Amino acid sequence: MAEQQIRRVVIIGAGQAGGEAAQRLRAGGFAGEIVLIGEEPYAPYQRPPLSKKYLSGEMGVDDLLLRPAELLAQEKIEFLSQRRAVWIDRANKRVRLEGGHETAYDALILAPGARPRRLRLPGADLAGVHVVRTIADIDSVKPAFTPGAKLVVIGAGYIGLEIAAVARKLGLDVTVIEAAVRPLARVTSPEMAGFFLDDHTAHGVRFLLGAQPAILKGDARVRAVGLADGAEIEADLVVAGIGVEPETSLAQSCSLPVDNGVLVDADARTADPAIFAIGDCARRPTSFYNDRMVRLESVHNAIEGARIAAAVILGQPRPKQEAPWFWSDQYDLKLQIAGLFNGYDRIVQRGAMADRAFALFYYEGQRLIAVDAVNRPAEYLGAKRLIEKGASPPPDALADISIPMKTLVAQA
Amino acid sequence: MPKITYIEHNGKEHVVDVPVGQSVMEGAIKNGIPGIDADCGGACACATCHVYVDPAWQPKTGESSAMEQSMLDFANDLEDNSRLSCQIKVTDDLDGLIVRMPRSQH
Repeated sequence: MAEQQIRRVVIIGAGQAGGEAAQRLRAGGFAGEIVLIGEEPYAPYQRPPLSKKYLSGEMGVDDLLLRPAELLAQEKIEFLSQRRAVWIDRANKRVRLEGGHETAYDALILAPGARPRRLRLPGADLAGVHVVRTIADIDSVKPAFTPGAKLVVIGAGYIGLEIAAVARKLGLDVTVIEAAVRPLARVTSPEMAGFFLDDHTAHGVRFLLGAQPAILKGDARVRAVGLADGAEIEADLVVAGIGVEPETSLAQSCSLPVDNGVLVDADARTADPAIFAIGDCARRPTSFYNDRMVRLESVHNAIEGARIAAAVILGQPRPKQEAPWFWSDQYDLKLQIAGLFNGYDRIVQRGAMADRAFALFYYEGQRLIAVDAVNRPAEYLGAKRLIEKGASPPPDALADISIPMKTLVAQA
Repeated sequence: MPKITYIEHNGKEHVVDVPVGQSVMEGAIKNGIPGIDADCGGACACATCHVYVDPAWQPKTGESSAMEQSMLDFANDLEDNSRLSCQIKVTDDLDGLIVRMPRSQH
């Protein structure tokens, strides 16, 4: 295998995926050079807490760091922070950085992540209009999170709702504007969306659903959001949580196939055998859903892609895929998700929504394909194991709260 | 600063200082100790930071919460002294704590 001659691995992107790849290569016995290139000033850190405990002030930067810079140095991982890769010369296996410096690779791992979509509206560049992706993004929005401040969140996805939950806890006045007729429209069922809508409403969040923002008004600083129907909502600050775009420009500029993400195979390899792509930027086959090509934005996807690429580069057996998993924390609700719910035709509920502890299991025909569990960790982990085994208990059994999840998994 | 001993499944020992307030999981991750994956970073969402608390230390590390216990139920090679290391906060009382890693976190 060509893998035997790999002496220098360059990783573009020092987020959770890039950092994990570097560490797994070293831990797996790779003795060559590892270069980790990141645009931010920070060593690899966790993004999920940004919209949760980092925003609320319960976690600081040190708590976010996955691998402090000293540890990277100890592991002889060359970490180049605040550097941006601008060109890949595939023929000569070189990466050019902004400013002209070039670095050679035997294997290249693309892990540049995704960039938040920005509002394309008049006034979107006013002060007080924010996105949420990096530590710097939160650092810029946090000082405005003061009791009584009027926050308008645009987009009712998980990030938007997490921001709303933190804001209510801190005493802000919160309005969420969503173009779809329900929150979480892209990521969960109407049933689960309804539960979160009710819960946020009970916590004092105002929702404007099916609403189209048209303009951000203000002089230097935003003071209102104007809707397409002419309504105006006062705002001291605006946070847009309207999704991300995969960072694919480098791959495109060197003619690697891209289609909603850099296309890779089960080895995380792109069309160029020396180049891998992992994390938010990559679209890859998922083994539990007939090798459907998916681009997932999650911790699970970041670390799994990293572990696969590292194993392949090391010439070691590829780790088994896990069922995709996600989580979201809002108020005292811990939502844990396993599997992909797209294509479901039946929902089985276990536990009562009124108890704020229940799970929705999604079936496609006879097959269990996903779970959304609220304050129900056993249902989450149990269903994850079932999906990974390819086992689908009868819906009646799953709905019967008197049968422990453990038993259902053991019987499968 | 409390010293914590992490023993990998293969017997390799790591003794490190972990600041009060960090979790036993963070102590391992921030010192690059293999054997604890902690995929979710301590959000109690993944059950990949499973450890065995040395029986002598069990009284001091306390009981696991209902949520932690529900997650542990699905861990591999569960024992009476199994804990999720993200749920054990380091205190001065835990100076000298010994934890052992399972065969695998997945």
